[in-house]
Amino acid sequence: MIKRSRGEKIFGVFNFILLSLLCIIFILPVWHVAMASISDPGKISAHSGLILLPVGKPTLGGYKLVMQNSAIVRSYLNTLIYVTGATSFSLVMTTIAAYVLSRKNLYWQGLMAGIIAFTMIFSGGLIPGYMLVKNLHMLDTRWAMMVPFVVSAYNIIIMRTSFAQIPEELFDAARIDGAGYLKILITVVIPVSKAIIAVITLFYAIHFWNSWFSASIYLTDRTLYPLQLTLREVVLLASDNAIVVDTDGQDIMIFRPLIKYATIMVSTLPMLAVYPFAQRYFVTGVMIGAVKG
Amino acid sequence: MKRAGDSAYKKSRAEIIKADFKRNKVLYFLFIPVLVYFIIFHYIPMAGVFMAFEDYNIKKGLFGSDLVGFAHFLKFFRSQYFIRVLRNTLLISFYGLLFSFPFPIIFALCLNEVRRKGFKKAVQTISYLPYFISVVVVVSILFDFTKSGGVLTNAATAFGWKGGALISSPKWFRTLFIGSNIWQHLGYSAIIYISALSGIDPELYDAAKIDGAGRWKQTLYITLPGIASTIVVLLILRMGSIMSVGYEKIILMYKPATYETADVISSYVYRVGLIQANYSYSTAINLFNSVVNFIVLAVANKLGKKISGSGLW
Repeated sequence: MIKRSRGEKIFGVFNFILLSLLCIIFILPVWHVAMASISDPGKISAHSGLILLPVGKPTLGGYKLVMQNSAIVRSYLNTLIYVTGATSFSLVMTTIAAYVLSRKNLYWQGLMAGIIAFTMIFSGGLIPGYMLVKNLHMLDTRWAMMVPFVVSAYNIIIMRTSFAQIPEELFDAARIDGAGYLKILITVVIPVSKAIIAVITLFYAIHFWNSWFSASIYLTDRTLYPLQLTLREVVLLASDNAIVVDTDGQDIMIFRPLIKYATIMVSTLPMLAVYPFAQRYFVTGVMIGAVKG
Repeated sequence: MKRAGDSAYKKSRAEIIKADFKRNKVLYFLFIPVLVYFIIFHYIPMAGVFMAFEDYNIKKGLFGSDLVGFAHFLKFFRSQYFIRVLRNTLLISFYGLLFSFPFPIIFALCLNEVRRKGFKKAVQTISYLPYFISVVVVVSILFDFTKSGGVLTNAATAFGWKGGALISSPKWFRTLFIGSNIWQHLGYSAIIYISALSGIDPELYDAAKIDGAGRWKQTLYITLPGIASTIVVLLILRMGSIMSVGYEKIILMYKPATYETADVISSYVYRVGLIQANYSYSTAINLFNSVVNFIVLAVANKLGKKISGSGLW
């Protein structure tokens, strides 16, 4: 290897420090919340500035309170239902659309692809969308969280790009064996596309887990709220009466300052647990998307 | 020649369609649910845009309501909010582009210079972390940091800021909005540049080394030109979406005290439409936004094709 010059060595050190600092900045806000959530509730209100270690004696009281709270537990379950339902539905639709659009000898292929792609650059907007959901009688139902506007044209395009790269010989071989298009999809395309299916599942699941806006416009019934919406009430609208109302005992008075931190952690932990494993797939997906973009 | 073969051409075209349908029947049937879904959830709402030109009345319905032409549009252009929301939309977009566009490139370049593979991998993995966090949580943490006594408020106060909680100050809104966006998306946005960087032919670097070029010169003459086309395409994409800012996050973040700098077209559409239930007016404002957006995108696309030979369509 060619010897590095003095300037390059200095840059190397500087670069190392810069990137390390950046990593700290990426982690710090989450770390702060994690430490705040186990701090002494009596001391945290008086504390200002970053919390690098728990203030006072560490306690899990905040988490206990959150876990016992019916509003949070219920919205947690709702989110699980919505993520499962919306992801499965979107995944099936995306796979079918991507499969059909990836076949090369279709006469109407351009038109069909155009119909889907056009929705990426133009949409009816907020109110017409809301009126539609209303007219379908989906307002204040779980369906509103799992059906309208969940299938992503962008994901269809990513998956189609991936399907189109499957060697044509595989299709020919299946056809010679007498397989029709449906059978080819199930026995050839899906088995060789496990990676991209994992990517798209991941994209959808993260999106649905984190989404709150559609819930805020389609749902007024609190018992249907997903986690993010409850979180918004507790933390951002600072109306923890949602919680205070149905929790009795003294705990609530003592641990109240911890509720928001513990709620943030509880809603973020599944993502943090999944992400180190998911990120490999995730990078693949972004790259396939980029090739097309 | 064309005219002579016209009827024959037409007939063969019909035959092609028929043969195609016969051959690909299953595929077309498979596509039906997708088509139905997109028509219901995308094209019917597009038709609903028609209510922008009428005084929509729920009882009378989309086809029975009174037509008013462009009245809602004119009302919007004349309203005191027009300038404010247009200015805020453009400024947030423009500053967002200015500050959040270069960072992922610089980050990718710095990462590219790291020789230790393990460190590189670790930094990259950590950089994705914020992307997995929900907007509600990001804004929650931001609130905690910018309340009075929050970390960032304290830091600003130490530098002479006297306005109290940053989150309640219109002066800080854009900075906080764009800053937290950069925090959340830096790692994710860098992925594409990192992959473009890894696609540069190593032989080019070897040749440059033989010519006596240092790392800095290599970066300037090989690395940057190597990712230039990626940069241009992404820049066009970003310019094309200049009228659409992440309004879900704005709605979470803003307060009446910060509307002055925070209220954008789409958050205004949300308030007028869903909170005040002024459906037609809201739809008109949104349509104005979509049309401008569409024009900008088309222009950016054309520009992109001219400059780099690659566009979106």
